[in-house]
Amino acid sequence: MYINCPHCGDRDLREFTPRGHAVGRERPEGETWSDAWHDFIHLRDNIAGRQAELWHHSGGCGAWLVVDRSTTTHEIFGTRLAAEIAR
Amino acid sequence: MRYSGLQVLWQGLTGNTGWRPAWRDPEPKSSYDIIIIGGGGHGLATAFYLAEEHGLTNVAVLEKGYLGGGNVGRNTTIVRANYGLPGNSEFYSHSLKLWEGLENALNYNVMHSQRGVINLFHSDGQRDAYARRGNAILNQGDDAILLDREGVRKHAPYLDFEQTRFPIFGGLYQPRGGTARHDAVAWGFARGADQRGVDLIQNCEVTGIDIENGAVRGVQTTRGAIRATKVGIVVAGRSSQVAAMAGLRLPIESHVLQAFVTEGLKPLIDTVITYGMGHFYISQSDKGGLVFGGDLDFYPSYAARGNLPMAEHVVEAGMTLMPMIGKAKMLRSWGGIMDMSSDGSPIIDRTPIDGLYFNGGWCYGGFKATPGSGNVFAHLIATDRPHPAATKYRLERFATGRGIMDEEATGSQHNLH
Repeated sequence: MYINCPHCGDRDLREFTPRGHAVGRERPEGETWSDAWHDFIHLRDNIAGRQAELWHHSGGCGAWLVVDRSTTTHEIFGTRLAAEIAR
Repeated sequence: MRYSGLQVLWQGLTGNTGWRPAWRDPEPKSSYDIIIIGGGGHGLATAFYLAEEHGLTNVAVLEKGYLGGGNVGRNTTIVRANYGLPGNSEFYSHSLKLWEGLENALNYNVMHSQRGVINLFHSDGQRDAYARRGNAILNQGDDAILLDREGVRKHAPYLDFEQTRFPIFGGLYQPRGGTARHDAVAWGFARGADQRGVDLIQNCEVTGIDIENGAVRGVQTTRGAIRATKVGIVVAGRSSQVAAMAGLRLPIESHVLQAFVTEGLKPLIDTVITYGMGHFYISQSDKGGLVFGGDLDFYPSYAARGNLPMAEHVVEAGMTLMPMIGKAKMLRSWGGIMDMSSDGSPIIDRTPIDGLYFNGGWCYGGFKATPGSGNVFAHLIATDRPHPAATKYRLERFATGRGIMDEEATGSQHNLH
């Protein structure tokens, strides 16, 4: 499996650290425990199909990527830099 | 038909013409008292114990494919009860005791073999941790023996004890652990449930869960609507999809875990060896194949197959532990869909919807739990109270933070277990 890093091009899966569904970009406001934090940390749609995922190019340029990937076929439809996606 | 040695002899002498199908293939009725969604090991065990221990036989098990076609047919067959955390400790102890009586209870040979499990350790600190875990296992009433290096060598002289990265200091040995024939476990529970009147309905996919005024009323399936006032979800890797039919989101992410088997070899490994530092464990099947596995691929997946980097990692670990494995040819590899909960422990609980029960989040440890899981889930569905051996597998623990079941103390967060 190759992942296309916008900085580095097609790179081997082993250079990346998967961090699951891209909810990491939806960090709730506030620092006290709430349903929003429970939702953020624990609950997942756990989609069988295409989903946006966070992958860290930890063994490469260090960029955080949002990867559009199918969890049923492992096909990758596109990658973007997380930093370039407006919140 | 009751199975026995005499029956095998008789059938052999009469041309094997008297065998009958082990279970019926009934049409679904329009309503049942209880519906179990999922005809895997845990679902079939649940149905068996509902009938056997609670006398509830107006029960249907709905399976979208064929019985035992999911993780119960895709695991590495290991049975053990070596957990230390309260909650897990009593549950796996309960499950191991059920394993020991299972073949008599089912009148079915599940080839349960108490060949022991050895967890290797590789440092003084890890020895201390394993001694503590061994004491916890003794306290729960089960067996654990701390082996030194020579003790391990007696069981497995072929390991590389002097390897430079993780030299083997010893192992925590549980003689009552072992393996079982995974498919036979599903088949035995299926036959036992069917004999007691449970309808096992295959090729029947649940497409919706009917809820009225906060209470479950039945399910929609590819073979029509079926009514029931109690519905249990026990579908492992597909937990999130089925729960979503009832409007529930779960603290579960589905991942792929790979396993591997070599060509059949002469008897070599007469126990189960786990090499946690290398993410590797191995046993030998009764057919002779070395059955081994490692860690998750670590990305969410429903593909039931993994990628080569993890295959390479597992094989490297195997070579490090027992270099002789390099001469064996790998026959097959496969993957299962693991329902990874965020704290690494399962959920067996009621849901916010009356009459809807959930059993899942087994991560990569569901096989050994099969009898225990079915037994306590049946108890929960029948009595609406948790079984004494499963009081801590609460769904609400994630929202409240109370009673998080984090066996390895890595934190309740996805991607850590």
